[in-house]
Amino acid sequence: MSETQTKHDFEPKIVAYVCNWCTYLGADLAGTNRLEYPPNIRILRLPCTGRIDFNLIVKAYEMGADAVLVSGCHPGDCHYTSGNYHARRRWMLFRVLLEGIGFDMRRVHFTWISAAEAKKFQEVVIDITEQTRALGPYGDFRKLLEAPVC
Amino acid sequence: MRIGVFTCWCGENIARHVDCQKVAEAIRNLLGVHCSVDYKYMCSDPGQSMIREQIRNGKLTGLVVAACSPHMHLKTFRKAAEAEGLNPYMVEMANVREHCAWVHHDREAATAKAIDIIRMAVAKVQQNRPLAAIRVPVTKRAMVIGGGVAGIQAALDIADAGFEVVLVERDPSIGGKMAGLSETFPTLDCSQCILTPRMVDVGQHPRIKLHTYSEVEAVNGYVGNFKVTVRKKARYVDITKCNGCGDCWNKCPQKKNLSEFDFGMGKRTAIYVPFPQAVPARPVIDREACTMLLKGKCGICAKKCTRGAINFEDQDQLITEDVGAIVAATGYKLCDIGKDEGRYKGYGEYGFGRYADVIDGLQFERIVSASGPTGGEIKRPSDGKTPKSVVFICCVGSRDDAKGCGYCSKICCMYVAKHTMLYKHKVHDGQAHVFYMDIRAGGKNYEEFVRRAIEQDGAEYHRGRVSRITEHNGQLIVRGVDTLVGEAMTIEADLVVLATAMRPADGVESLAQKLNIGYDEYGFLSESHPKLRPVETNTAGVLVCGACQAPKDIPESVAQASAAAAKVMMLFARDELTREPEVAEVNEQTCAACFSCVRGCPYKAIDEADITDRQGRLIKRTARVNPGLCMGCGTCVAICPSKSVDLAGFTEQQVYAMVESLV
Repeated sequence: MSETQTKHDFEPKIVAYVCNWCTYLGADLAGTNRLEYPPNIRILRLPCTGRIDFNLIVKAYEMGADAVLVSGCHPGDCHYTSGNYHARRRWMLFRVLLEGIGFDMRRVHFTWISAAEAKKFQEVVIDITEQTRALGPYGDFRKLLEAPVC
Repeated sequence: MRIGVFTCWCGENIARHVDCQKVAEAIRNLLGVHCSVDYKYMCSDPGQSMIREQIRNGKLTGLVVAACSPHMHLKTFRKAAEAEGLNPYMVEMANVREHCAWVHHDREAATAKAIDIIRMAVAKVQQNRPLAAIRVPVTKRAMVIGGGVAGIQAALDIADAGFEVVLVERDPSIGGKMAGLSETFPTLDCSQCILTPRMVDVGQHPRIKLHTYSEVEAVNGYVGNFKVTVRKKARYVDITKCNGCGDCWNKCPQKKNLSEFDFGMGKRTAIYVPFPQAVPARPVIDREACTMLLKGKCGICAKKCTRGAINFEDQDQLITEDVGAIVAATGYKLCDIGKDEGRYKGYGEYGFGRYADVIDGLQFERIVSASGPTGGEIKRPSDGKTPKSVVFICCVGSRDDAKGCGYCSKICCMYVAKHTMLYKHKVHDGQAHVFYMDIRAGGKNYEEFVRRAIEQDGAEYHRGRVSRITEHNGQLIVRGVDTLVGEAMTIEADLVVLATAMRPADGVESLAQKLNIGYDEYGFLSESHPKLRPVETNTAGVLVCGACQAPKDIPESVAQASAAAAKVMMLFARDELTREPEVAEVNEQTCAACFSCVRGCPYKAIDEADITDRQGRLIKRTARVNPGLCMGCGTCVAICPSKSVDLAGFTEQQVYAMVESLV
């Protein structure tokens, strides 16, 4: 990315960690229904949101992601009965931690998207892409890493 | 690593927006990629043949197919690889159709994204390890929980197919609700005449082991290998010695206990057989009613028993049964409409429990039944008079969100029509009135049956609700409305019968938790899929049938029971089960034995285990995954603080490799 690039023509890199049974299938359905959305998102399929270790989110920023989406089955709909509840609980804690270290919370998203909610998937992706595009590249993460530990 | 990457055009589907040749070109230079080709239809026969030829000639050790969703064709390509001797778990798919070509119309951006997606898949497959399907042996023995008509049908079907069955029933006898019914719709054949022979079949079947007066205490294990602990409640009668002669219950002085079998319409002694055709026809002592057990005085039954079968020192016993499959058929109860209970609001305005002559449908069944407390003569509970006017009220509780049950209980319209007929057949000068919301008579010969009740047997149907029932000089004053006439109406009735909502039997939630299966807001057990997997649950090897799953009538319960039995037989037709090997595994060297994963696992698939030396001395403790139980969700991987659990197929290495490929 060149120095002169303005925010306007910046194309963000978005990483999505999704569960195999709801959101992945929701994204499949978005495809089947030909619901167009910006191509900035890269989807990683995991069995369940319960599998998503939040170190993976940190890793995504380290690899240059400008925003991260975590999405799974709605509460009560988990293919594995309660994996998404574990994810939700972990997310509550992780969010407090991120806020505590001064992380830009507009760059991390957590949603529930079911296998039938193709439209919602499309909307979420469009929304996140637009929002991240407006925010510009996430350079602060490097600074955060290099900041002295107090 | 020698990876083959196969990019599919999917006709025009992918190729329209993704330049497949350019993609294949770009991927060819990736580390570890031996060949990269594109083709019109990878899933077609020639496409698969080409992949197989490449595996053979190129000695490929990994495969990436860039095509549609893995939910569509991953199995297809894994099979193709397996046929060439390549481990199927060395195959990955890159979803460039649903997640790329179909949703992005900018050809350049879509092509770039497709390359990224394939790069991720290549990075993952480099970390893949061959996996072997897990084989678990099957205990060819089933447990049926609940001995009503559904449980009886399931048990007989499985046993007749040649497998052993353990039937667990909470009450002293099998038979369930159906044993207490008078006659059944729409044929009016006698319920006991059709059921009791089946009960005898169960009692005498060489392959059915019957545990009556017993409940399931705990369930461990997994499909094919369950260990179920059953609590056999103290019966105080040794049923191996007892011959059911009846000397004990004929002499018991405690005669005024309400009979559960008669739904409180009749009385029984403290030592009792619930009904004459009970299976087993052996008595049980009610510990709440027996003066010997309560106060240590009496013991007449023991003195009268010539076989020494009475044992006042009897204790509950816990026994363990090994079974391969479990069928839950715990049935229903009627909503207790007299009082508020949790989410369910009572119908105080109908006076149930306050007026003796306001009864529910099952109580009416006992009054009309030839084997009932009145010997089949219709007499009202308060004074034994023959009621000349009876009001039946439908949908009491059912279809009434304000009272807590939003659903239709399905059977009431039919049994109310039956009740009016049975009443008319016994009290020729009597008049039956019915208040209904809608008549739902879907089923073979059902609508005709209701018409018969109205046209031949003269039941008067009023479309509307009843607002209040009061009592005046021994008469019940029913105030309601007939919305078709558009008038409020008052009927003086001698007896009121409420068709109350069906609810799941008591304790079903705790059983569901033991079985690790779901239940809905009302407590009805959840099937795996409402249309395509109606008797399976989300726990493999556990099936449901009958009214514990949803309100249903006898024919449906029986059909569902046979379906559940067929599923059990399918399971038992094989000597071992194969399961997906994508399950968690603990690194026992680094496990710190904090057991966070044990608490987090939704399937109770992780045990605490000891590692010992040859002398049996404890070296360390560790968590250990039971691969038969693990469903591969990976929750434990994210929980483990020392990173000692990993999930095959989605290992930390695989996932991190994918993220790293995104640079």
